Amino acid sequence: MSDVNGSGKFLVGIYDDDDVVLKAVRDVKKAGVRIHEVYSPFPIHGLDVALGHPRSRLGIAAFLFGLSGTLTALTLTAYTESFDWPMIVGGKDSYSPVVYVPVIFELTVLFCALGMVGTFLVSNGLGPTVKPLMYDLRTTDNKFAMAIDLSKNNLVEGDIEQILKNSGAAEVNVKQF
Amino acid sequence: MSHVTSAVRTPLITGGKTYADVTEDISRQVEGRPTREWTIAFTISVIVLIYGTACVFWTWWEGLGVWGLNKTVGWAWDITNFVWWVGIGHAGTLISAILLLFRQKWRTAVNRAAEAMTIFAVICAASFILMHMGRPWLAYWALPLPNTFGSLWVNFKSPLVWDVFAISTYFTVSLVFWYMGLLPDLATIRDRARSKVSRYIYGAFSLGWNGSAKTWARYEYMSLILAGLSTPLVLSVHTIVSMDFATSVIPGWHTTIFPPYFVAGAIFSGFAMVQNLMLIIRVVFKLEDYITVEHIESMNKVITLTGSIVGVAYLTEFFIAWYSGVEFESYAFINRATGPYWWAYWAMMTCNVISPQLFWSRAIRRSVVWTFTLSVVVNIGMWFERFVIIVTSLHRDYLPSSWAMFHPTLFDISDYIFSFGLFFTLFLLFAKFLPVVNMAEVKTIIKSSSEKLPVSVSGVAKGERVANPTFNKDVD
Repeated sequence: MSDVNGSGKFLVGIYDDDDVVLKAVRDVKKAGVRIHEVYSPFPIHGLDVALGHPRSRLGIAAFLFGLSGTLTALTLTAYTESFDWPMIVGGKDSYSPVVYVPVIFELTVLFCALGMVGTFLVSNGLGPTVKPLMYDLRTTDNKFAMAIDLSKNNLVEGDIEQILKNSGAAEVNVKQF
Repeated sequence: MSHVTSAVRTPLITGGKTYADVTEDISRQVEGRPTREWTIAFTISVIVLIYGTACVFWTWWEGLGVWGLNKTVGWAWDITNFVWWVGIGHAGTLISAILLLFRQKWRTAVNRAAEAMTIFAVICAASFILMHMGRPWLAYWALPLPNTFGSLWVNFKSPLVWDVFAISTYFTVSLVFWYMGLLPDLATIRDRARSKVSRYIYGAFSLGWNGSAKTWARYEYMSLILAGLSTPLVLSVHTIVSMDFATSVIPGWHTTIFPPYFVAGAIFSGFAMVQNLMLIIRVVFKLEDYITVEHIESMNKVITLTGSIVGVAYLTEFFIAWYSGVEFESYAFINRATGPYWWAYWAMMTCNVISPQLFWSRAIRRSVVWTFTLSVVVNIGMWFERFVIIVTSLHRDYLPSSWAMFHPTLFDISDYIFSFGLFFTLFLLFAKFLPVVNMAEVKTIIKSSSEKLPVSVSGVAKGERVANPTFNKDVD
């Protein structure tokens, strides 16, 4: 979540093309520059790997939330139908798990979806009152931005600017937060 | 045709669009003043909605006696309309979830509007559930609340309770899926906004999205899991709706074929409604480069397939009614086709089974006028299907002295009209204030599916692009 609490002085390389920025990430890293983050108007496959971001663990969260939905439904049906107020309907046992499959399935999906989306929002620091950290307003339109945190790099500003330009950046701007 | 991915595939985006063009073309209608056509359509919808709302309140005030129901036919237009709207609500999630798993790229241009349609259709369907309760203030009795709330625990063995869970889960998950898909586009509108008010509103709804690589990676992962969840979910919804009938003992309802047959019918009618809406949207918002004849043809193929499945189901039902040797079952089906409701049965057969077969012709499949007309016909047919299943199965009761007919009253009709007012009011609001095409997703397919690649999109030479092995592939 380093991008959420970004502060300080950044160099922002602006690229026109997703293939160029993907190649640039490798070139810039090879030149010894630490990249803060890349911003794009749409997902670029392989970019997270090139940047060295760890694989998302959202799947684990989704599974656990789904499991909690399954257990909730199992408990709810068992408690109400065979413990709190047992009733025989249609000649079935008061506890007949097969009949509860639809409810169990729906609650599993519901808990899983809501829990996962909630986890996604929290882990990315997204919320209605969050002010977005935009390194360049055009990155939600047609440009791709590579942000370099100057305080985390030992190279001088001019050298980094040259590396960015060599990697295909159309322009390099300074952004101060 | 200069094509990057493969010369065999027809392009999904025409007109040589750049990334900036996509943003501009789609954002235009959100940022501009409402057009005259929109204002007229919206005014009519709101008037219809006001009239319909008054009628619905009158229905509740007077009681369900204002409908044409009688002792024998206790379910008629209310449940017909409910099943019809829920069915229509199946296309959106099918397009966004199942077609995502099948990697059907054409889905990117139509999924946003189709998902919106799904959500509004489910709202319309739910309104009939509330209506047919007669006492909507007691609707919470359908929820599993402790006995001290005034009723017993709900009966978890009843398909009607399964329906409560299925419809509410489906609505919630579809809404969440749709809203998550909107986040990047809301951020685009936010960053382009000129006025403070719209920057604030779109800013709040875009939740601070900034498109970082880490967010995108997680976002893609989440979308994939949501699609995986929604796929069985969408199939479960109409399965459970069909069980409302199939688990009963009424001849004509008591059929094991119902779940797959209802699901196919739902997709069939849903795609027909998507066609109707998209054909209007693409002209009014000038999106012919994004929603092309290829899209229309693809959806018509789905309509032909599902329509044929429905046709096979009709014939199977009829065959089994005879083959089973059950007199009551045979009578129910012969009565459907030749009894007093023969016209409804044959309207259903003509509209659902016969007319969609015209789509085997490529020229008709690619014709806008034919597609629009046949889609309307399909939805008329699917309404009749539900009417036939519900009313003709009920109107011949066990005792001939109880046989009856159903005659709709003004309020049956007006409450149905209400749902159209509600649907189109919501849809027009969506079409004005939110981007109707998913800009971020369309941008991802520009390079692989564009008619010709504009030079300004790329800084890479074309030869290099073709030679780049990662370019044409989906790397997950």
